[in-house]
Amino acid sequence: MISVDLATTAKRELNQALHDLADDTPKTRWQVLNPQGQHALVAGLDAPISVDILGHAGYYCAGMNQQASVTIHGNVGVGVAENMMSGRVHVKGDASQAAGATAHGGLLVIEGDASARCGISMKGVDIVVKGSIGPMSAFMAQSGNLVVLGDAGDALGDSIYEAGLFVRGEVKSLGADCIEKELRPEHKATLRRLLDAAGVGPEISVEEFRRYGSGRTLYNFHVDNAAAY
Amino acid sequence: MDISHIPQTLPRFSATFDPHTLAEIRRAAATGIYDIRGGGTKRHLPHFDDLLFLGASMSRYPLEGYREKCATDVWLGTRFAKKPIHLKIPITIAGMSFGSLSAQAKEALGRGATLAGTSTTTGDGGMTPEERGQSQVLVYQYLPSRYGMNPDDIRKADAIEIVIGQGAKPGGGGMLLGQKISDRVAEMRTLPKGIDQRSACRHPDWTGPDDLEIKIGELREITDWEKPIYIKVGATRPYYDVALAVKSGADVVVLDGMQGGTAATQEVFIEHVGIPILAAIRPAVQALQDLGMHRKVQLIVSGGIRNGADVAKALALGADAVSIGTAALVALGDNNPAFEEDYHKLGTTTGAYDDWHEGKDPAGITTQDPVLAARLDPVEAGRRLANYLAVLTLEAQTIARACGKSHLHNLEPEDLVALTIEAAAMARVPLAGTSWVPGTTSF
Repeated sequence: MISVDLATTAKRELNQALHDLADDTPKTRWQVLNPQGQHALVAGLDAPISVDILGHAGYYCAGMNQQASVTIHGNVGVGVAENMMSGRVHVKGDASQAAGATAHGGLLVIEGDASARCGISMKGVDIVVKGSIGPMSAFMAQSGNLVVLGDAGDALGDSIYEAGLFVRGEVKSLGADCIEKELRPEHKATLRRLLDAAGVGPEISVEEFRRYGSGRTLYNFHVDNAAAY
Repeated sequence: MDISHIPQTLPRFSATFDPHTLAEIRRAAATGIYDIRGGGTKRHLPHFDDLLFLGASMSRYPLEGYREKCATDVWLGTRFAKKPIHLKIPITIAGMSFGSLSAQAKEALGRGATLAGTSTTTGDGGMTPEERGQSQVLVYQYLPSRYGMNPDDIRKADAIEIVIGQGAKPGGGGMLLGQKISDRVAEMRTLPKGIDQRSACRHPDWTGPDDLEIKIGELREITDWEKPIYIKVGATRPYYDVALAVKSGADVVVLDGMQGGTAATQEVFIEHVGIPILAAIRPAVQALQDLGMHRKVQLIVSGGIRNGADVAKALALGADAVSIGTAALVALGDNNPAFEEDYHKLGTTTGAYDDWHEGKDPAGITTQDPVLAARLDPVEAGRRLANYLAVLTLEAQTIARACGKSHLHNLEPEDLVALTIEAAAMARVPLAGTSWVPGTTSF
């Protein structure tokens, strides 16, 4: 385990050291002390390593992550795991806005709540939020899955494309062209897989969730739909 | 009663309801949808044509045209980037997407720019191997949609351009209609084939200049502070936008006037939102000067650059470089008279074709149709672009030497006068034959 204390080491030095790691690096386990809410911590990783951040992180923590497994033992600011391509980011606390924004792959797990625009423009990432999510989440979500064990705020899935949304609690309102859909066996299998991956036990049944997705009525512009825009 | 001998009133068209306006009303009434097209504004605007260079005479020495050097190079990204860009000429190729353009056109832009010693730029939809492979210096656009956004591509780029807006549609997002969403375009953008693709007008994970500063910090961390970071804005409030871009940590500001083109947007947006580049440069330069950042944060201006005189005038007003889009496409072969028969079948004519969103471009440039795209030879088209860039450079040098300048960057507002009061006010140079700069000095 390599330990880096940000009370005495600059963030730039930490990020550079992590960027310099090769795919076959033996330095696979790292921990970061005293993150003090700094921004862009461990952003741009591309190596099969694990990093534990012991404390709160600022904006864009683990942004554009590839391969790495990052666990934040605290809360995170805006845009955690934004544009993640692969790997896993696990937030033990709450997340601010735009968690997992535009991410193409990997798994983002948030133990607490996530604020507005969670999963905005997501492009293939899987996101599991064990608490609730704020308004305008999954706006223009293109691909991937967003699983919410709690409630969802206003305008969930507005202008959604082909992402899958699963919400166990209440949905305050659905956005334009987002509709409830049948939860078929293949969706239940996907949901169970994601719950298992996020460490959610069998005490939470997939039957408790409702599925939402695109009504596909706005895919090609038609003047009669103008009021929806 | 015989009235044949009485002079008749001639049919008179309204200046307000002119034939174009009438046709547009009828079209709107028939379809219920606004007109969408490509390109930039087509209306007459105060432009560089309204400025003239004074040239050297008794009080200034000119340089010999074929003997004395007039340098043209430019450094971009010297403020923070470890690896700033050095271009041979101050004329770059603007961002245009694969999707809006064919892969052949993107390759040709890369080839032409490389031959000329300048940079080209990706667009919405990501980086193609053809483009990266043929572009010696490639700027990677970071857009609100993040279609095809990939950290591997960011690392392959030579600079990053964060797009806030563009001159054709400041405040507007993008659109790529279903006709152009081919299998390859759909895959790169993670979208179903054939749908009308909408690009967001705001970035998904930051709002305002304070957040942008943090976002730029993230991009710098991810690229280990190596790459210059540009911010591109459509010209609307250039003084404040440039000041905020500097505050946010930009290395370079790209300022696009309303003459700048787009792949597709509403005609009403193109013609009625934003300001001409002539009106935007001086406020932008003023912001840089007020912050002590002129020539430290470089300014690239675009929108209606057509010839070396335009290049020279933009630089004289304080820009460090210019960028071309529409003119580059024309150099490749856009609106080529050789395809007049095809343009006629599409209901238009050479020089007026602007339905780039429909994907039926006879010249094979603004299309994803493989048969049409095959009409464009990327090698030959790249050569034409390189030739055109060389002419722009030679023309700008000709003017600079006549003004006694040994570098294009030595051109200055004092070398210019304006032909109209409007241009004098916008460019903040005197009306020709007077010492009057409207808004600055009394007549």
